[in-house]
Amino acid sequence: MSVRLLAVLASLLTGTFVGASGFTFISAKGASYLTDDPAACVNCHIMRDQYAAWQRSSHHAQATCNDCHLPHDNVVHALFVKASNGYRHSKAFTLQNFAEPIRIVPSNSRVLEGNCLRCHREMTDAITAHGTLGVASTPAGQVDLNGCVRCHGDVGHGPHR
Amino acid sequence: MSDRSGALKRPALWVGMIAAGGAVGTVLVMALYANISTRKAEARETSFRVVDLDERSVDPALWAKNYPRQFDTYRRTTELTFTKYGGAGTDPRPISKLEEDPNLRTIFNGYAFAVDYNRRRGHAYMLTDQRITGRVTKAKQTGNCLHCHAANSVAYRAVGLKNGAPGTLDDSLSSAHGQAQLLAGLDGVAKMPFEEATKLVEHPVACLDCHDPKTMALRVTKPGFLRGIAALANGDAAVPHLPSIEKWRTGDRSRPYDPNQDASRQEMRSMACGQCHVEYYCGPKATLFFPWNKGLKVEEIEAFYDEYTFADGHRFFDWKHPLTGAEVLKAQHPEFEMWSQSLHARSGVSCADCHMPYVREGAIKVSDHHVRSPLLNISRSCQTCHRFPEDQLKANVLGIQDRHRALMLRAEDALVQLITAVENARKSGLDDGTLAQVSEFQRKAQWRVDFINAENSMGFHAPQEAARILGESIDYSRQGYVSIAALREVARPSKPPVTPAKRSP
Repeated sequence: MSVRLLAVLASLLTGTFVGASGFTFISAKGASYLTDDPAACVNCHIMRDQYAAWQRSSHHAQATCNDCHLPHDNVVHALFVKASNGYRHSKAFTLQNFAEPIRIVPSNSRVLEGNCLRCHREMTDAITAHGTLGVASTPAGQVDLNGCVRCHGDVGHGPHR
Repeated sequence: MSDRSGALKRPALWVGMIAAGGAVGTVLVMALYANISTRKAEARETSFRVVDLDERSVDPALWAKNYPRQFDTYRRTTELTFTKYGGAGTDPRPISKLEEDPNLRTIFNGYAFAVDYNRRRGHAYMLTDQRITGRVTKAKQTGNCLHCHAANSVAYRAVGLKNGAPGTLDDSLSSAHGQAQLLAGLDGVAKMPFEEATKLVEHPVACLDCHDPKTMALRVTKPGFLRGIAALANGDAAVPHLPSIEKWRTGDRSRPYDPNQDASRQEMRSMACGQCHVEYYCGPKATLFFPWNKGLKVEEIEAFYDEYTFADGHRFFDWKHPLTGAEVLKAQHPEFEMWSQSLHARSGVSCADCHMPYVREGAIKVSDHHVRSPLLNISRSCQTCHRFPEDQLKANVLGIQDRHRALMLRAEDALVQLITAVENARKSGLDDGTLAQVSEFQRKAQWRVDFINAENSMGFHAPQEAARILGESIDYSRQGYVSIAALREVARPSKPPVTPAKRSP
């Protein structure tokens, strides 16, 4: 086989790959994940419960998914958290190999609590001054079990039922 | 220069590798696309209609063609499951409650439950177990048993039609004709002997009992429940956990409360179970009925029974206790009533939320029709709301159940002591007229302890309420015991009072 013929074949296959990837990206609404729209989070049908519960929550009018679940210190950090979550979620949903009920991972839990404090600082400063909030309390020292959402569990995702 | 570095310089290999990479990459991307398409399709369509179902489709195997996922889990109710206080173990031989707790033989003396009373098995066995229990084979029962031990809507309607109800079997069950057939059937079957009535049915609880065959919407079909819940709505007992009833009460009341029209879907997820997991009268002296006119609490049901009179004018009772002469009550399995008193109910948690939690297959969410104890499925049943470790949740539940078991056994001991004391008092010459007041204490104490014993949750469905009921039971037994001593004093003042029976602390 001549190099020229191979080059043509390589071009065709590469083109097919790029085209198929593009088609898949569009059909999976890939671009929506770059937005702040909560509807993007229910592209993956498993998030319906969380989405529906958020719509009934007190924070519905104030905060979207990204407001609470992404860090807001700088763009690089935010994109990194978004990308690592996106990778983990799509891997889990494609391979269907995750434990239920779905639980927030420790790193995301820290991001979440940071956002409670970011908006409610005026009120929470008096609490954080004790130095107990945000201190890891799990046996492995990963996360603060006694954080804000231990008691304020349904402010973000409405009543469970 | 090695062969390897020489090869890398050849452009043909480079181009070939790009081509191969493109081909493999395309395959992977297409596989991903196929996966995404599958999930999307699952999210869009949750059933595929293969057969047309109607009001005559009793056989669940027919429904299985359209709803294979639900059917698969429904069929698993044949599995023998058990927890510390519930279920029948993994041995197919029945476990007798009477042998586990000999107090029950004294308490149920003279009644069919002293003959045969086993721990329950799964839904799949409801019809079989009922046909072979000694309560049916060694005692005479009526067709009332059919109400809850079989898929009965077609059988009831056929009997109703034979007895002159309007319309045909093709009418929708919710239509006026369908409802008339159902209620006429309940009255008709109640008058049949059990042996004759049970021939009319062939399936245990089936899809048709809780689902509309056209829309799959949840519904209630058991006529006793329809009458009972309408009577409950008509009364004035507070039912804050059933908002549709409170709403109906403030409306114009131009038609009776109808759960199939008025109840929310979340309420239906409890009412469907409440069609059978309730207290009812199913004896030979009347058509089966739910005693809910005055409310769902133990004393409200008791008050209704105390005012109810049979056709012969006699006050309501289940049987006359042969040792004491008391006219006593037998509780069935008031799970719906107990749940109604719970914090779970007030928080809007339905029976199905814990006993039939959602399971996910791909992007499809279905209710688990393998109805069983939440203790066997803590991650889906409890942890959806309670974000604590599984061991901790299980320990909480067992802690509650252990306490109620201990309290219940005390209440039974107290009751058995009362029964023995009355028996002795009768032997020593006190007549039933004198002992009538004591009989009332036995009736009240027995009704309460049995309410908890017969209820399947060992107190968990409403812990504080269950403990209150057991506390009252112990109190009534002791009041009865004390009053016997007083009666003896009056009858024979010269003799010393009876010495209390020796009991463990």
